[in-house]
Order: sequence, then C-alpha cells, then structure tokens
Amino acid sequence: MPIDDLIIVTISGTAIPLGGDDTDTDTITPADAMKEPTFANSAGYLFRDARKANPRHPLNNHAYDGASILIVGRNFGIGSSRETAPQAIQRYGINALVGESFGPIFAGTCKSLGMPAVTSAHDDVALLMQLTERNPGTIYTLDLTTKTLAYDGGAVPIEIPEPTRVALMTGSWNALAMLKANSGRAREVAAGLPYMRGFAE
Amino acid sequence: MSEGTLYDKVFDAHVVGGLPTGQLQVFIGLHLIHDVTISPAFGMLREAGMRVAFPERTFATADHMVPTHSLLRPFSDQQAETLVSELERNVRQYGITFFAPGSDRHGIVHIIGPELGLTQPGMTIACGDSHTSTHGAFGAIALGVGTTEIRYLLETQTLPLDRLKVRRINVDGELQRGVYAKDVILEIIRMLGVGGGKGFAYEYGGAVVDRMTMEGRMTLCNMSIEGGALVGYVNPDDTTFAYIKGREYAPKGTAFDRAVAFWRSVASDPKAKYDHTVNLDGGKLEPMVTWGTNPGQAVGVTQRLPRLEDLPESERGTAGQAYEHMRLTPGGYLVGTPVNVAFIGSCTNGRISDLREAASILEGRHVAEGVRALVVPGSQSIKYQAEQEGLDRIFTEAGAEWRNDGCSMCLGMNPDRLIGDELCASSSNRNFVGRQGSPLGRTILMSPAMVAAAAAAGRVVDVREYAR
Repeated sequence: MPIDDLIIVTISGTAIPLGGDDTDTDTITPADAMKEPTFANSAGYLFRDARKANPRHPLNNHAYDGASILIVGRNFGIGSSRETAPQAIQRYGINALVGESFGPIFAGTCKSLGMPAVTSAHDDVALLMQLTERNPGTIYTLDLTTKTLAYDGGAVPIEIPEPTRVALMTGSWNALAMLKANSGRAREVAAGLPYMRGFAE
Repeated sequence: MSEGTLYDKVFDAHVVGGLPTGQLQVFIGLHLIHDVTISPAFGMLREAGMRVAFPERTFATADHMVPTHSLLRPFSDQQAETLVSELERNVRQYGITFFAPGSDRHGIVHIIGPELGLTQPGMTIACGDSHTSTHGAFGAIALGVGTTEIRYLLETQTLPLDRLKVRRINVDGELQRGVYAKDVILEIIRMLGVGGGKGFAYEYGGAVVDRMTMEGRMTLCNMSIEGGALVGYVNPDDTTFAYIKGREYAPKGTAFDRAVAFWRSVASDPKAKYDHTVNLDGGKLEPMVTWGTNPGQAVGVTQRLPRLEDLPESERGTAGQAYEHMRLTPGGYLVGTPVNVAFIGSCTNGRISDLREAASILEGRHVAEGVRALVVPGSQSIKYQAEQEGLDRIFTEAGAEWRNDGCSMCLGMNPDRLIGDELCASSSNRNFVGRQGSPLGRTILMSPAMVAAAAAAGRVVDVREYAR
C-alpha cells in the first residue's frame, strides 16, 4: 500500500453510542470467533451475545448504521488478548474509538491495526454519548494534529499516547518494516544476552 | 520514574533501539505459541515468503481447543481439528519445537514453559495470550500480545513497546490457613480495580510473597492482567533457582552456577525506586469469592456483598448489571449460594499443589448430588504426578471427573462448557459474561480448595470450615 494511504490524521463520520464500563474482549467477540482460521468473519461475532440478549443494543439500532466512530466507557477491551475484538470492530466499519480508558493489550492491537483508540474525560465522553443519542446523524471529526474531537458547535479534547499518534500520522502504525530494518542490531543484542549463549563462559 | 528495579534492568538489556515513533524496539528471548490467535500470523508470514527469525527461541503447544475427554483424531470439533492441524503444519514447516497433545511434555502454555525450564529469570517472554504474565513469577518480563504482534515476533523476534511504570505491591504478614495466592491476587484486583494497573508493571514482594512457592507466585502473576497490568513479576530468589534446577531446558553443571549469578543480578536493588507502592496485610485476608462479572468484583467469603450505595458512583452501573446477571442480592452473602458446576484447573490453578489442596478437601467426601465436578490437570506431567500420588482416585471416588490436560472450562473453546444459566465455582481467572461457554452461564472465581469445598457442599462455603 502506498504510504499516503496509511497516514491517519483525521477521521470523520457518525458514531455509535455504545458506552458501558469494564467491557471485556470476551464480550466484544466471544471465544467462537477465535475458532475461525482468519479474521475474515470476525465482524459477524461483534457483541454477538449482547446483541442477541438485548434487542435495544446500540448495534441493533439501524439509526447508527454506517458509523465510523465507536463511543465507549471506562476500561474498554480489558481481559483476553484476542485480536478478533479490534478486528471485528474495524471490519464492522469503525475507524476510531473514543472512551475513558482502554485495556492495555487491546489498545496496543488497535494501534497495530491503524485504528486510533483515543481517551477523553468522563464528562466529555458522556456529552458525546448524549449528542449522538439525541441525533444519530451527528458528525464528528477526530483530528490527531489538534488532539480534538469536533462536532457541529463544539469540540472535546482527546488524549492519545504520543508514539501512537506519531505512528498513525506518519503511516508507520504497522511496525513490521521498522522492526525489520533493525534486524542486524536485534541479533547483536540477542548475542549479548547470557541465556542466548546457554550461559557459556 | 523507576530505577534499579528488575523491570528496568531486564527491559534495558533487551532494547534494540528507538523507533521513529518514539517507541522502543525490544528483543524477546522466548516466544510461546498455542493453537488459537496464531493462524493469521503464520498466514501472513507464508504470504510474504518469510521465515521465522528465531525458531530455536519459539515453542508451541495446543491447549485452548484440545478436548480433555478424548484425544482421538480427528477431533469431533471440526474447527479445532482445522486449527490444530494447521498449527502442526506450521511448526513443521518453520522448524519450531511442538509439544503435541498426548505427548509427555504437553500442557497449557503457561504451565509447561516453567515446567520444562524454558521460563527463566531475566528473560523477556511473549505469547499471544494475556496470561503470559504468569511467567513473571520467575523474574522475567512476560506479556501477552495480539496476532499482529505475533507476526512481528515470528519475523523479527522483537516488539515495539512503551516503557511501563513500576508499582511495588508488598504483601506482608502471614496468610491464614485456607488462604492462598489466588486470594491474594483477587484482593489486589479488588483493591486497585480491573483498570488500576494501566501503564504499570506490578512487582509483588513482601514476606508473604517471599515465602510463597513458585506455584503460588505463578498464580499471583497470572492474574496481573486481570488488574490491568500487562506485566507482573516476583524477584528471583533461592526458591526460584531450586525450582528451575534440573529441568529439561535449564542450564546444567557450571552453566547453572553462572546462570544463578546472572539471575541474582537482575533482581531489584534494595534501594530501587518505584513509581508507586502499595502495602497489604496478608494476615487479614480471608478466602475470596467474586460476586460479579469481572475479577475485581470480589469480596471475602464471610463479608456481605457490597450494596450499590457502598460503591463509588462510577462502579454502580456495572455492579448493578453484574448482580442482575449473577442473580445475587446486594448486601447479601455468597455463602450458601447453590452451585451446579465445580471446575478445578486452568493456567491460574491447574498445578500439582492446587490439585493436592483440592484432593485434601475431597478425600472421604462426595461431590454433592446434581453437581458436575471437573478436575483438569494443567499438563501431562502434572497428570502423571497426580496419578502417582493417587489424587485421581480421590477425585473419581468423590464423583468428580478426572480429565486430560488443557484449558478446558476456563474459556469455552472446547467441549467443556457451562450449559444455560449454570453457576460454576471455578478456579480459573475470568468471570466475564459468557466466558465459560454459555452466554447465561455464571462464574464465581475462588481458590481450588474453595472450589473443592463448594463441590462437596453443593453450595458456596468457607473452606476453613472444611479443612482438616
């Protein structure tokens, strides 16, 4: 892919007001999703059980169809490292998440997939939830340059770890090429580790 | 910023260099692989025509999907057969050592790493599984990663990482009888929250941890991720070295002595600086039970469940939903709650000491009528050891099922699952909604001894009243 296509500076679109705290990755995609050999069908498992149990689940509401931003609460994506969770969200059509905080492995994987997971203050997230619940057509623009999430009539400040912001804005969120570039140096570091030499004298 | 901690020393020794994004590239000394989360990574590697950079530092097992009642191939679950076959093909093609189901070195990835002596102090360890933090018990930096990062590992044996802060957690005093490492970590998660470890590595120490066996330390570190800490560790000491000595992949002879000297040197300095310190009186702990749908929603077994108004406002929403799912009453007690299933096993509590504790409770007792009890050793070696000690007979005579090793009912990826709204007393690590394979299933996390006591009583009980 040309580098220009990988650069992520702004993301615009409507949102899904998912909300909720402590959402674990088992809830985002149940274990059955991991039994698939590829991520191709991941989106079909997105909140599968929660959607079945609750007809009023935001993902069952067609008013939010076509959204590109997912609004979540505190500790979203805790628990299992399963990449099916961020893959399902991305393949569902979401390009960015905004919430109070994220699980550590989930946040790392979002970065590796080029999907910003940005944080905002509790009251700001609540405001975004309200705006979209009142008017599902509300259009937001996430701008990584200004670190804001803007809507018609206002904006809230957002936070994102600086290395993630740089990686997204320079199109280097897929770290493989950068890591490979240092493979010689990696072998030197490895050779210097006592356990890599079997603790030989 | 932390200084002189094990985390600082081991992390620094593995830094390859800075990346243009500001992250650090870190060499990973041991990459562990299991049967799920891996296929797409090998797929991408194959498509790119690349090789595995350090196949000799990469080891594989199949634990998540393997059935524990029969190893006959093909597995009755076609998806399990497909993924395990694919893993077998990949390890062959890329020259990776594979501990095959049924072989004497097979087991849950976080159990066999230490058991085979692969896990050692001063290493960096990664695996596509969040409970990789288990290996921190040896004084390693061990972390779980997603599939895209597994691809990085296969092709470069390195990861892009941010340096974590270090929180020292002192557990002082002496644990009461009937209180285990599982109870310590459940209390830590209750106290600090499921997101409390965000951005931190947890260093566990203090008198209780110093006296803990390696098995206890593994239980402790295993659940670091449930507290939001990507990494948890214990400084290596004589207990650590004694555990490693003589194991298959451990250094031998004079190399072992040199290894011990190196391992001692990576422990945190007495004057190490921490970003944050937390103190806990281990003597005050009692057996813990979870009442909710995340591991932080826990309480001492004799305590009343929190009323919503007792909780911080920010936690009331999820607590209310959790009570609804669990069908428990705020302000009530868990003791006396009838259980349908008892599960003893998992990477958290499927080790020989866990089975011994459970057997000591079940010996001469019988699993209550209507309760399905499953005992699943964490590895073939543990299974063999337990059978040598006659623990299997204690379990089967008590009416529990004695199974083959694997992840089993921890995660609903194999035939061992809850049915409908069954309530399970479980020695595993997660009580998330649907975790044990049924969307309506309910899980109460506790120590293996507590699970055994619940199995015998048919309801949640205080194991201290059952211990002999």
